[in-house]
Amino acid sequence: MGDQGRLPQDEDDESGRGVGRRRFLGYVLAGPTLMVAAQLGEAALAPTEAQAAVPSLPEPADLLDLTDLLTTAASPTSGLISIQLNTDGTASFALPRAEVGQGVTTSTAMLIAEELDIPLAQVRITLADARPELLFNQFTGASNTTVSTYTPIRVAAATARQRLLAAAAVRFGVPASTLTTAAGVVSSPNGQSATYGSLAAAAASQVTVQVGVVLKQQSDFEVIGTAQKRIDALDIVTGRKQFAMDLAVPNALPTMVCRPPTLNGTPLSVQNLAAVKAMPGVTDVVIIATGVAVRAATFGQCIDAVRALQVTWGPGTEDNSSDSTLLKELKAAELPLVVPPLNLLAQTVEATFTFAFASNSALEPNCAIADVRPGRAEVWAAVKAPIVAQGAIAAKLGLLQSAVTVHVVQGGGSFGRKLFADAALEAAEISQLMGKPVKLMWHRTDEFRQGRTHPMSISHVRATHALGQVLTFEQRHASVATDFSHGLGEVITSQVAKLPVGDIGFSETIFELTQQTPYNFGVTTQLLSEVDKGFNTGSMRGIYSPNVRCAQELIVDQLAAGVGQDPYQFRRQTLKDPRAIAVLDKVAQLGSWGRTMAPGTAQGIALHPEYHSVAAILVEIDCTAATTGRQIPDACTGPRVTKVICAVDAGLAVNPLGLQAQMMGGISDGIAVALTSGMHFENGVFQEGSWDNYFYTRQWNTPPDLQIVVMPPSSGTPGGAGELAVGAAMAAVACAYARATGTMPTSFPINQAAPLAFTPLPTTPPIPQSPVDGLTRAY
Amino acid sequence: MSAHTFILNGAPVSVDVEDDVRLLWVLRDVLGVTGPKYGCGLGVCQACTSHINGKAFNPCSVPVSAIQPTDEITTIEGLPATVGKPLHPMQEAWLDYDVAQCGYCQPGQIMAAVAKVREARAAGHEIGDADFDEIRNICRCGTYFRIREAITAGAKNF
Ligand code: FES
Ligand code: FES
Repeated sequence: MGDQGRLPQDEDDESGRGVGRRRFLGYVLAGPTLMVAAQLGEAALAPTEAQAAVPSLPEPADLLDLTDLLTTAASPTSGLISIQLNTDGTASFALPRAEVGQGVTTSTAMLIAEELDIPLAQVRITLADARPELLFNQFTGASNTTVSTYTPIRVAAATARQRLLAAAAVRFGVPASTLTTAAGVVSSPNGQSATYGSLAAAAASQVTVQVGVVLKQQSDFEVIGTAQKRIDALDIVTGRKQFAMDLAVPNALPTMVCRPPTLNGTPLSVQNLAAVKAMPGVTDVVIIATGVAVRAATFGQCIDAVRALQVTWGPGTEDNSSDSTLLKELKAAELPLVVPPLNLLAQTVEATFTFAFASNSALEPNCAIADVRPGRAEVWAAVKAPIVAQGAIAAKLGLLQSAVTVHVVQGGGSFGRKLFADAALEAAEISQLMGKPVKLMWHRTDEFRQGRTHPMSISHVRATHALGQVLTFEQRHASVATDFSHGLGEVITSQVAKLPVGDIGFSETIFELTQQTPYNFGVTTQLLSEVDKGFNTGSMRGIYSPNVRCAQELIVDQLAAGVGQDPYQFRRQTLKDPRAIAVLDKVAQLGSWGRTMAPGTAQGIALHPEYHSVAAILVEIDCTAATTGRQIPDACTGPRVTKVICAVDAGLAVNPLGLQAQMMGGISDGIAVALTSGMHFENGVFQEGSWDNYFYTRQWNTPPDLQIVVMPPSSGTPGGAGELAVGAAMAAVACAYARATGTMPTSFPINQAAPLAFTPLPTTPPIPQSPVDGLTRAY
Repeated sequence: MSAHTFILNGAPVSVDVEDDVRLLWVLRDVLGVTGPKYGCGLGVCQACTSHINGKAFNPCSVPVSAIQPTDEITTIEGLPATVGKPLHPMQEAWLDYDVAQCGYCQPGQIMAAVAKVREARAAGHEIGDADFDEIRNICRCGTYFRIREAITAGAKNF
């Protein structure tokens, strides 16, 4: 936990010091037991201020970032979210968001526990089905959940508490103002008490009424801001937590798809359909848009059937592309730098960095259950944009949106992946064609070969400095196109006119909104260009940030060297935001920045601000031959990050323990994309086909020493955190690597150009058979 | 189809299924035991890790016909009963350190951890960094560090 000296500033914009506390509108809904509600959505947060050495004009991201956009867009159109008080004393809430490991069910339960004065264990959180009336408000992305639900959920809970107090006042015959609440019980000064459960019916209303409520002040918080363990932890460690593939939907049999040999190829015909249909366990085989679907008694028999299918395939979308051709395309698409050379004294620092495709796959593969009947459909899936999914499924099936029920199931990881409902759409299509319920799961190899990736990109940075000051800082980022078709588009469209970025394209708008240069580097320009829409891409824990910021921070180290300053001191003196300086100071101090390191090892320091939060990371890396030469079967050992110190300021951290978990995950991702995790694309085929080809961080890459400090609250509202650590970690690792080896890396991950460390799996059949020798490896 | 019998989480079971179906699918699709997760079906990700006669193994990589009637298969669901408690000490440690994020990998991680501690002891030492580095289980949420902390703590209690 944090111990930084800055005092918590109670700048909760709801508490309006001295002018009386702001009242919020809550609703008591008609019902037999107490049901309360509030409008979802929240006003935009205050802009951060720029102040500085050579001041840079505020960039769009400084003024209004993507989180603002989502919360602002949410405000006018939102429906109500409601909490039910049950007669057993529990409070139930159906969260219109997806839980994919980021801990929003826990932080949501904490908000309710806080404002309702109820033990955390008495709060029951489920995930709401798709609710079209919520419009933009049922979207889990851009680290936005806590930001946009923070006030509405508390308003609903405060409304409930107020009703319970009123009911108790009637029962006790005393004024409500004399009553107190604690741990789900209302008490009077003369010793009377009543549990919430016993008041739930009396507090109910027969008609829906609006009430004004006041929220607790930040200084009175007892739950928010305290470390709380996940509310689903017991279910997880006992294996009881149910993911989509664990649900027992009647007759939904295992289903898999035989996929094309090249990216996005299409099936033309099947030679042996009858023979495959007759295989053991197989019930159905149908041709669908993306391949040939098989349904069988077990997934093992699906794998057998997929491997047996003889399919004639049409071309894919990128059959003639390879990493090398894409690199040429990206270079050709790069926008020109605009700042002219300034004066004869100015010195230039310049480099172009290349970032490989990265797999967006979670450990739980794409999967969904669908039961499509004439005139209606029911789908179970972990989807972060369920309303968009519902609409797309309805369109695909030729049904009314209201005839499609989308149950949002907890997901086994997402990292932006589950913004897309690829599996839900496929499952619905298959169920309709087969006329039976299906439990669709992608094979792991399909995940790598056909699944979504974080796009390949290049980043060209040129900076100039003179007399110890940075005069210009320009960045041109060229990327394979990112797919934003998950519905963010409508939000952006509705908001874009209000932004200072003017009439530019959609991706460029997102780029402008999310990318910041946290330093005062004089004239700063950053532009994006995109190529090639033939890939299945998505945002992966950071839309552009990890790559953009990694490139920036490597150049920052070069600039520091150019002006003869220590990299930490140089950052500290040029940073715009005092919160950024505070986290940087924290890691420098805890990590003994500048300590003497053995040859082949080094420190690196970097930071990343995003979504009104900021994280700084200090790492130590070991690039000695003894470490990089470690022999581990089917692994990419590479350098070892031996130590990580992270300091994070997420405004008001609702659950510091959960925030630390998010940082830890982001650090694992940052290490991966810096050192080991890259996809290789050759002639329309991603070469990787398993976790032993795609080298995501494993235990042998994990820092044995890791410390994450949560700074004391720096504001009254939570900032985003899900993506924050990736950019800072990637950049710090890259900077440390450059220092340890004496060479600034310009291609990521650093092993990308080395010969493949594995033999690629065949593309036909598209998936490998499961081994049979597992017992020989038992330990 | 043929009948296969073995002991699952302390009780004998019998299933009628083709010989070559991997045990993971027998557990999940036939018997409805869903604690072991699918993450690859290739013996790589270790999400399906369970125990056979007390040793960690990947049921995705073993045909059901290779399982003998006397073999004791333990999945995460049966782990507490192996110590006669509501939770195994390793599960308790997982709770203490709030290890899980999405949780998808965690049944496999816990089963691997228990076996790894025993393996280290059989080799005459307590589990440490070198042993952690041998654990192959993927956690795509990146909880590796808390896993190391929890194993160290859990190992002290069994
Ligand atoms: S599913 Fe068994 S090892 Fe991956
Ligand atoms: S907790 Fe999500 S994969 Fe490990």
